[in-house]
Amino acid sequence: MNRQNAGFIQFAVAILVGLWWCIAPFSAAMAKTLNVMTSTEDLASLAREVGGQHATVESIARGYQDPHYVEAKPSFLLKLQKADLLVVVGLGLEIGWLPPLITQSRNARIQMSGGGYLDASTAAAILEKPSGPVTRAMGDVHPLGNPHYWLDPENGRRIAKAIAEKFAQLDPEDAAYFEQRYQDFERRLQEADKRWLEAMAPLKGTEVITYHNSWPSFTDHFGLRVGGFVEPKPGIPPSPAHTLEVINQIKKDQIKLILVEPYFDLKTPKAIAAQTGAQVLVMLPSVGGVPEVASYLQLFDYNIRLLQGALAGQK
Amino acid sequence: MRTILISCICVIAVISPPMRAQDTAASADRFGALEERIRALESQVAELKTALEASGSAPAPAVAAAPAAQVMPQTAPPPEPVLGGAGGMAKALNPDIGIIGNFVGATGRNNVNAYPSLSLQESEVSFQAIVDPYARADFFLAVGEEGIEVEEGYVTFPALPGNFLLKAGKMRSTFTRVNTFHNHTLPWIDRPMVQFNLMGGSLDEADVGIKEAGLSLSRILPAPIFLEATAELFRGDSGSLFHASRRSDVSNVFHLRSYGDLTESTNLEIGGSYARGHNDVGSDFITHLTGLDATLRWKPLRRAIYRSFSARSEFVWSRRQEDATTQRAFGFFASAEYQLARRWFTGARVDWAERARNASQHDSAESVVLTYWPSEFSQIRGQLRRTRYAEGQTANEFLFQFLFTMGAHGAHPF
Repeated sequence: MNRQNAGFIQFAVAILVGLWWCIAPFSAAMAKTLNVMTSTEDLASLAREVGGQHATVESIARGYQDPHYVEAKPSFLLKLQKADLLVVVGLGLEIGWLPPLITQSRNARIQMSGGGYLDASTAAAILEKPSGPVTRAMGDVHPLGNPHYWLDPENGRRIAKAIAEKFAQLDPEDAAYFEQRYQDFERRLQEADKRWLEAMAPLKGTEVITYHNSWPSFTDHFGLRVGGFVEPKPGIPPSPAHTLEVINQIKKDQIKLILVEPYFDLKTPKAIAAQTGAQVLVMLPSVGGVPEVASYLQLFDYNIRLLQGALAGQK
Repeated sequence: MRTILISCICVIAVISPPMRAQDTAASADRFGALEERIRALESQVAELKTALEASGSAPAPAVAAAPAAQVMPQTAPPPEPVLGGAGGMAKALNPDIGIIGNFVGATGRNNVNAYPSLSLQESEVSFQAIVDPYARADFFLAVGEEGIEVEEGYVTFPALPGNFLLKAGKMRSTFTRVNTFHNHTLPWIDRPMVQFNLMGGSLDEADVGIKEAGLSLSRILPAPIFLEATAELFRGDSGSLFHASRRSDVSNVFHLRSYGDLTESTNLEIGGSYARGHNDVGSDFITHLTGLDATLRWKPLRRAIYRSFSARSEFVWSRRQEDATTQRAFGFFASAEYQLARRWFTGARVDWAERARNASQHDSAESVVLTYWPSEFSQIRGQLRRTRYAEGQTANEFLFQFLFTMGAHGAHPF
């Protein structure tokens, strides 16, 4: 080995030793406050309901952001690196951005094989599981089922229960606290759901058009019917020919409402509305879509208030 | 009273065995009858199924429901829904497999480095999977007209003690940002000129840059912003950049990456790189590379699918030891890309690079790019490129590209 090589290997060893020196001290014991990261604001809200003061919860995606397209920014790695638990929507919703974040987090706990990884979809009732062949000719379809399942309050309850059970595993000393918080949330959710169902009763059977196929769990629970979509296929922007088809369908079936997520352009829905007299409603698929919707219960309050207002306006 | 009670118990104890025998005999008869009845019902069900299959009609619920109603208690709870998504058993334990076709065409005159008029260039086949609870593996095969090459193939250990991340295998080095990009993730059809002139590879190669077999160890450093340090050890053979005459002629790369969110929508990334390896003059001759990269991105979260902007620039300094002299060369590129609409992107790039083996010569180029995304699984791109070569020739070309993805292709790191 020549002198140049020897010197350089010494340099490399010094760098590696320096990296080791930078190692932050390991957390010797499980923290009493769980550090929880979630992929979306909805899961974060449910985790806060259950975790109370024994969990600090933060979401990667914002509520006004399309959860299919989130940038896997390195700044998220700093948070994921310290997380005790990562709760994800699953069903391929985050497939375009979350896997590299998990791998690069260097956090053994939140890897799929770790004890701090929770796929909330495993606890939820999933709609639209394909029973036949799935191809990209259908657009950006989700082969494991529709991933917008949190918009059914019953699934919200199931997710909260799964999170409470996971919290209890990670922090057994506070298991009773998490169970009590879950019971309280379940009670409030049931009361609210009774109120929501009563409010939505006049709209039962109403046919709506939605921009993206984000709402089957919501419409299924509250008795609305989805007549079609502004997108010709999931993830494909509206084309003139499809827009014309939607206009004709709205006229034929006398559909009154077009539901649009806040991250989609309103140009096409408004053009359809202008041609048909239907009303465009910017509904929130996620907590945090607007500042006043800060919790899971407020999300349904907001959306149902919007639908009620639209119904009142039509009378 | 107690005497009467004891007497009764004794009497029951004495007469109970014969009674049990009688019960057993009666039960056996009843079970026999029930078995006969079940057999009869089973044969009826089988006959009905055969009849239904033959006729192709829907089953008549009344027939099936009648016996069930007798068995089911009146207060049976509604069935629980089957929770969770559709099972992925069809691909259980198989890796995610994806293929990205990369069809490139070129028109115009270029006497120095002419692309073929039409070629299926460096299509990528990927296999990605979790290996075990401790590792994941990623394989990317570059399939071109001249054969198949392992572009990358490495195992990643994402959860080592001390928050280290280790990769082992053949991989693209972290020397500057664009070097890590696969061809299909570039916002242009070609790679920047600095990668050809200073980072190995000849001008007629489609895919250049530092990619080698080796080890990569990285860690996020404790700092108020994101700061990641990476140290890499490679075999020392990378295109025409590094050449290992002996086993000990390894090459090394160090990269420091910093990242900060300026606002919710805007972020800045700055990186510094250093690489060192033996060159093809001989084991005692070293090539040193120093790199600086900067990327500014803007993407408003509420309109992330419609609008975005990014500007990036990379500077590379090369110091190549040769027999009598040391060649000191410099090169850079600067580019910007703007998303006009959900499916439309436009951009421009400026290249300027001296040649590592003859720093007195330099090439330069300017490009404008327009990209259309029919969906997130395909792209159609056109690039107008004007190149001025050191030989004094100027090439004006139009390149076009069709990129198309089949199957599951995992997300790329940010």
